[in-house]
Amino acid sequence: MKKPTKRDFKRPTHIDDYPVGPQYEAGFLAEINAGWRTYKPVIDHDKCIHCLICYMVCPDGTIMKNDGKIAVDYDYCKGCGVCANECPKNAITMVKEDL
Amino acid sequence: MMLEMKKNKIFISGDEAVAHGVRLSRPHVIAAYPITPQTITVERLSEMVEKGEMVTEYMHVESEHSALSASMGASSVGARTFTATSSQGLLYMAEALHYASGGRYPIVMMNANRSLALPWSIYGDQRDSLSLLDSGWIQVYVEDAQEALDMIIQAYKIAEHADVLTPMMVNLDGFILTHTYELVEIPEQEKVDEFLPPFETPNKMCFETPKNLAFSSQPDDNTEFKYQQNKAMLDSIDVIEKTDQEFGEKFGRFYHGMVEEIMCDDADAVLVTLGSITGTVRVVAEQLRAKGHKVGILKIRYMRPFPEKEIMELGKKVKSVGVIDKDISFGYEGTVFTNVNSALSKANVSVFKQNFIGGLGGRDITKAEIEKMYMELLAGENTDNQKTVEFFNLKVETND
Repeated sequence: MKKPTKRDFKRPTHIDDYPVGPQYEAGFLAEINAGWRTYKPVIDHDKCIHCLICYMVCPDGTIMKNDGKIAVDYDYCKGCGVCANECPKNAITMVKEDL
Repeated sequence: MMLEMKKNKIFISGDEAVAHGVRLSRPHVIAAYPITPQTITVERLSEMVEKGEMVTEYMHVESEHSALSASMGASSVGARTFTATSSQGLLYMAEALHYASGGRYPIVMMNANRSLALPWSIYGDQRDSLSLLDSGWIQVYVEDAQEALDMIIQAYKIAEHADVLTPMMVNLDGFILTHTYELVEIPEQEKVDEFLPPFETPNKMCFETPKNLAFSSQPDDNTEFKYQQNKAMLDSIDVIEKTDQEFGEKFGRFYHGMVEEIMCDDADAVLVTLGSITGTVRVVAEQLRAKGHKVGILKIRYMRPFPEKEIMELGKKVKSVGVIDKDISFGYEGTVFTNVNSALSKANVSVFKQNFIGGLGGRDITKAEIEKMYMELLAGENTDNQKTVEFFNLKVETND
């Protein structure tokens, strides 16, 4: 469950700082991206059986394990709800964000 | 005792010469779709693969758009890639052409120059590739089958150079070159391998250092990527000249880089040519020289990058310049002329200029017509009332 983390991005100041053509190291996250979420998934750890189906179905790769517990990276979760829908134990609830 | 090593010469068409050039360059992937008059090239290649004469992934695709798209996929992760097309097929690839040059994928493609519909025509002119001059590809035009074979090998070396990384289109005139048989020397594989090292890309598909390929860019960065592309194209001039020099030293055939100047040094009138017409113009120019007329030829080999420096220098030493265009940008001029004229204007010289539009849709340009062009150029030295763009050899009267 190695996932990329946000790294500081320094804008190029010289043309040679640009890659040759539009190709670059994969997984370079220059900013967080979760601004349009209206519902967020909240995990009930008492119900969770660590089956990792949520990890498999998350389209943005935001599910991970933290200290042995399943967690969501809210910096990148868009709130699509696929994890909550697919969870076999209904351990994930979509909770409205305070907007 | 043999005085000279017997050269490996065979009697083949331009299309077949290209196929041999490709075989010797050892591409990993060939993605091809047939179109007249290019078809023989990809047919020969498929036979070579079938017979085990070359080890290549030969992809049968469903269109030219797919042929170039598949080539891009392969090239982006480091495969040496070949495709071939012509005319309508080239235009069907138009979107992918820009994609490939923007992606900096050093694909080599043969284009058999053929007219564009409508009226439907399978015969030759150069309106197909010239209309795509702005697609970011290096464009070279060859004069005969030997040059076609040799330029395929050179093309990989130029396109894959770290300073260039730009796709390259090798253009040969439909039928006049693709279907005409000539004695062509086939270089030895060993020597080609020495000349052309394997292609190395920093973007090789790899689990250790995965890459994000062909991403989008915001207005903040797009101009910089386009600057890079333009710089690479300009830098390719040096690579083109060095590659040609190295090729000549190894194989004994020099093509003079960006242009070939023929009898230009003391010339009054010079005809600028592109592609196979050069051969006919050589004959006429020599005949006129024998009669005492000071005529010369500037054979343009590369349309992109453009031989601006050479044309500016030409403008300083001659009195009149004629450009033969197998092309017309409707409502203005032939595209070769527009480019030549731009370079001449920067040289700040006053020369008589004339644009001869001919050879459209496969019509022959004859020796008699070329002589007439030269005579116009020689006579026109001091007149400025003539129409610059002249449709040559119209067979009917017009209302002009």
